[in-house]
Amino acid sequence: MYRYDPLDQRLVDERVEQFRDQVARRMAGEITEDEFKPLRLMNGLYIQLHAYMLRIAIPYGMLSSTQLRKLAHIARTYDRGYGHFTTRQCIQFNWPKLEDTPEILAELAEVQMHAIQTSGNSFRNVTADQYAGVSADEIDDSRPYAEIIRQWGALHPEFSYLPRKFKIAVTGSPNDRTAAKFHDIGVILKKNDAVETGFEIIIGGGQGRTPMIAQTVREFLPRHDLLSYLEAIMRIYNLMGRRDNIFKAKLKILVYKLGIDEMQKLVEEEWNQIKDGPLKLPQAEIDRVAAHFAPPPFETVESDPRAFDIHKFESLAFARWARTNVAAHKQPGYAIVNLTLKPTGGVPGDATAEQMDAVADLADRYSLGEIRVTHEQNLVFAHVKEADLYRLWRALDEIGFATPNLSLIGDMICCPGLDYCGLANARSIPVAQRIGKRFADLDRQLDIGELRLKISGCINACGHHHVGHVGILGVERKGEEYYQITLGGNPAMDATIGDVVGPAFSSDDVVDAVETVVTTYVKLRADGERFLDTYRRVGAEPFKERLYPEKTDAAA
Amino acid sequence: MPLLKSGKLVDDPWTHVADEVAIPASGPVIVGLKRWREVRAALIKRKDPVGVRLQSDHTAGDVVDDLEHLGVVALAFPVFKDGRAYTNARRLRERHGYRGEVRAIGNVLRDQYLFMQRCGFDALEVKEGETEQDWQRATGAITVFYQPAADGRETVIRKRHSQTS
Repeated sequence: MYRYDPLDQRLVDERVEQFRDQVARRMAGEITEDEFKPLRLMNGLYIQLHAYMLRIAIPYGMLSSTQLRKLAHIARTYDRGYGHFTTRQCIQFNWPKLEDTPEILAELAEVQMHAIQTSGNSFRNVTADQYAGVSADEIDDSRPYAEIIRQWGALHPEFSYLPRKFKIAVTGSPNDRTAAKFHDIGVILKKNDAVETGFEIIIGGGQGRTPMIAQTVREFLPRHDLLSYLEAIMRIYNLMGRRDNIFKAKLKILVYKLGIDEMQKLVEEEWNQIKDGPLKLPQAEIDRVAAHFAPPPFETVESDPRAFDIHKFESLAFARWARTNVAAHKQPGYAIVNLTLKPTGGVPGDATAEQMDAVADLADRYSLGEIRVTHEQNLVFAHVKEADLYRLWRALDEIGFATPNLSLIGDMICCPGLDYCGLANARSIPVAQRIGKRFADLDRQLDIGELRLKISGCINACGHHHVGHVGILGVERKGEEYYQITLGGNPAMDATIGDVVGPAFSSDDVVDAVETVVTTYVKLRADGERFLDTYRRVGAEPFKERLYPEKTDAAA
Repeated sequence: MPLLKSGKLVDDPWTHVADEVAIPASGPVIVGLKRWREVRAALIKRKDPVGVRLQSDHTAGDVVDDLEHLGVVALAFPVFKDGRAYTNARRLRERHGYRGEVRAIGNVLRDQYLFMQRCGFDALEVKEGETEQDWQRATGAITVFYQPAADGRETVIRKRHSQTS
């Protein structure tokens, strides 16, 4: 993975001292909270319902075991012993004290981490495919380009005060695992006819109260032009994005208003002015960054399917986990292992300091000391020898990260909701917990099959409900929490936005409603059909009929 | 309003003239874009220099043909988080080669000095009480620059590869 050079290190060190000075000025009353707010936000420090919250960037989800141990240490020393992994592949701590935050950032800088721009109206943490570099289906490794974008976006003098926060995802695989189509900019690796790596650039996707699917602004961009092209997009957005209404300030609204053709014209005009300037990426820099992501020294290990089969035969639980949580690695004899942070009835994405330490130790033993965070709030070991799978599974089971439910209904995305967040209208964690308990039977989950359930506690859609196969949105009505259900959303390359199925359900009824959706699907599905496939085939009507029987009767 | 020019607190030789106020016969003045357009010919003929004030919804393109006549282009930050002036400043400097004063006016905060300087601002109308030391501290806190900008500071990429290129 990427290691800072002395310049990268100097920047985060200087940033810590700058923030230390800003916090000191605030503590001494030299600056007001209003003046301090933009400064703390640029360093990932929020005020939530009960306390400060510090969000730490994990660029494109890549962590070393050393970094994860540092996060465990921070959880233990400065917080309440746990952290929460987010849908931007970040981690957030919910109870830090203001006066401790400079020291936390100093500790992070020791392990080449920071909290720069994890908040505020600027570039947020760049995300990428958690299987980058190891999946058989990728065109090229997305991480070098994600890192190059990270550096370009850090403390950008022109784009630190954009109309709104700005999210970029980079994906190297046609089986997109980053939800690129729901980002302000999606950078999709492609090869041209000369088999050179370049990018399709898509813009204007997003969730929130106006979900939109990103559109192609350029079919193929040569790789040396990556930063100048992004700069051109940003410049048009910075000048023309709306600033009078926070709900209409995202790039997607500008693209929608102008139309993609006009937007493309403006971007290309701007780009033509700057593309041959100093932003042109030297091949030497691409090579330098890419070298950090060179494939690790894999051992030549023969696949031993027989040993694997024997373990699966002996342990049904292992067999089930191997089926759901293990993915194919491009190197023979190796596997990709997903650590699901979704124990039945637990808080999706939470990990305690002890769990983090244990994961770091296991990563050292079984996965070359490397951990990846997914936007679906799970962790990944990318380099596990097949021969180690059984032992690793037993160890993960002990710390509670081996629930065999990846991509099943128990593997929910869930925002912090009203338990923590100042913006939320409703709680989302307790709903996730109750759904988890209702579908606790893992055989049943497996029978239901792939079903992406995503829960947001407000219209800002941090829990990605618009792109859940089943989405749940918390709303507030006369002081009561209600939950609206959407069906058929999908974040992949064949993206769709979920359809609102009807009036919202009370907190008491929402779990039953999910149950109704699931049983309706099971009844209607054809052989091998996922929930999404069935929904696309039969539409919303059969679900509506069962969710709202009185209404349908009256209409008939 | 105190003026920080190239990092030094100086007496501001320029006078802002509001749209409805008569333009004084002598002395350097800064007028709004509307006024500039209305009496452009007369202002160009004026003996003392003239500058133009652009609001954040104006663009550098609005004055691009007039730059040879303008001693100052003042770019407004109605609130600190309205970042359009950064783009306009860079366009003036980098695209249009403007060498006169680019001045930040409005809600100009110390913690943004560095970004302003990088984008090509060389003068800032600052709050009472700000000092030259504040300027130095704010623009000296960070010494690593990933992006090429109007200030010509050497970028990280260039530093990394200067020996080989």
